[in-house]
Amino acid sequence: MAERITLTFTLNGKPQTLAVHPMTRLLDMLREDLGLTGTKEGCGEGECGACAVLLDGRVVNSCLIPALQVEGCDLVTIEGLATASGLHPVQAALLAHNGAQCGFCSPGMAISAADLLRRCPNPNHGDVKDALSGNLCRCTGYTKIVEAVQAAARSEA
Amino acid sequence: MRGFLPAMELQRPASLSEALQMLAAHTGRPFAGGTDLMVVYNAGKLRETRFLDIARLPELQGIRETPEYLDLGALCTFTELLAHPAIHRHFPNLVKSAKATGALAIQNRGTLGGNIANASPAADTPPCLLAYGAELELVSPRGTRVVPYELFHQGYKVMDLAADELVTRIRVPKPSGTSVHYFRKVGTRQAQAIAKLSLALVAQVADGCVANLRIGLGAVAPAPVRACHAEAVLQGQPLANLPVAVALEALLADMSPIDDIRSTAHYRSIVTRNLLAQALRTLSATGN
Ligand SMILES: Cc1cc2nc3c(=O)[nH]c(=O)nc-3n(C[C@H](O)[C@H](O)[C@H](O)COP(=O)(O)OP(=O)(O)OC[C@H]3O[C@@H](n4cnc5c(N)ncnc54)[C@H](O)[C@@H]3O)c2cc1C
Ligand code: FES
Ligand code: FES
Repeated sequence: MAERITLTFTLNGKPQTLAVHPMTRLLDMLREDLGLTGTKEGCGEGECGACAVLLDGRVVNSCLIPALQVEGCDLVTIEGLATASGLHPVQAALLAHNGAQCGFCSPGMAISAADLLRRCPNPNHGDVKDALSGNLCRCTGYTKIVEAVQAAARSEA
Repeated sequence: MRGFLPAMELQRPASLSEALQMLAAHTGRPFAGGTDLMVVYNAGKLRETRFLDIARLPELQGIRETPEYLDLGALCTFTELLAHPAIHRHFPNLVKSAKATGALAIQNRGTLGGNIANASPAADTPPCLLAYGAELELVSPRGTRVVPYELFHQGYKVMDLAADELVTRIRVPKPSGTSVHYFRKVGTRQAQAIAKLSLALVAQVADGCVANLRIGLGAVAPAPVRACHAEAVLQGQPLANLPVAVALEALLADMSPIDDIRSTAHYRSIVTRNLLAQALRTLSATGN
């Protein structure tokens, strides 16, 4: 049986140290060890994007990442997207444009959209669809979400 | 039911030589981006319990360019491939296949070496690597050897890869002169879908004729395969008068498609031939 390891990384801008089994899914470490339940589990197989987080600035599915691979990394979860001065523009736009219904997909959508706007501040419709193609939503039909991301881009630009 | 966490082991060897020693001692199997392994683990179907995290080994990283070829580290992610100008310049089929792999979060994490060594017949970069005539560098405690990629897959999940060997690098020769590149994957949707079938074709053309041509097929055989029969029909033929019907007939001998959850043997056989027909139309159009 494997020993726990001491993991050191940056979590939403703050240094974090945690004793954890190296094969623990990042998703479970966040939700169960750190109490950060904003990150959701939809499929547990990399398909739905509900568990998306930013690892060293890139979107990844936390259900597919073992804790060991987070050592030394910079991790941002949905809890780290808003700042003291308010919601991230993507979060504000999802609210304003009815981009959420049940809200289960919203944390992953917001993470993917925030990543898109960082890489590509003025995305066209196709760019938004591409960036969100790994995030499934069973409620909205996507139109409102895409509109929200484009609105967030306009207000940022 | 997920795999049983306390039974699992994941260790990180400090160096390539340590990784190879641990592989040889059966301390664990390679674990790279985890986008194949974690799905199996999460489904509770992973038979192995001990793994070695190879994701930070420098010898398996980066893209090097020489005048003749591109040398890709096995740990290159699809996103890294897509970010490299030389991939766009010389290997448009690799661009298409990387873009067609999963969605962004998978492209950020999944590696080329993992795509190869997972040995799925339906994987997307292997048909392209076959059509480009790639070679694999394999390293074990016994040394380094280079294997033509077309000889690597030997059957369903059977590879010319020893238990103590790692795929370290993938070398892809740059096509010279005028070349035509075709890749198409057919799946249920553009993102996330595993291929029902795929076809990659790369042809060098000279003096209005096919000078050299390779075709790689996905999801129509127990492993990614070259379409040797169809290739033989097309080699040396004039672009203005390609023997399309004969090539499509010959392609049947290159495939052994099956019915499974994603498609049927019948559909795969017909649509793979349609893709070859489309590729050959593209090819003959370059002769005009
Ligand atoms: C939602 C989703 C969508 C996907 N879509 C696609 C798709 O469209 N097309 C596609 O082709 N694939 C797809 N995949 C599969 C997967 O992402 C790719 O096969 C990926 O390239 C695997 O790489 P990895 O580094 O994540 O592999 P890992 O999971 O780390 O390893 C896979 C296998 O390769 C072995 N291995 C890894 N690296 C080496 C090495 N250097 N030497 C020797 N053995 C090694 C491991 O031991 C293991 O057996 C998808 C996966 C998911 C979860
Ligand atoms: S829960 Fe991770 S992608 Fe669905
Ligand atoms: S709002 Fe319900 S899944 Fe997207």
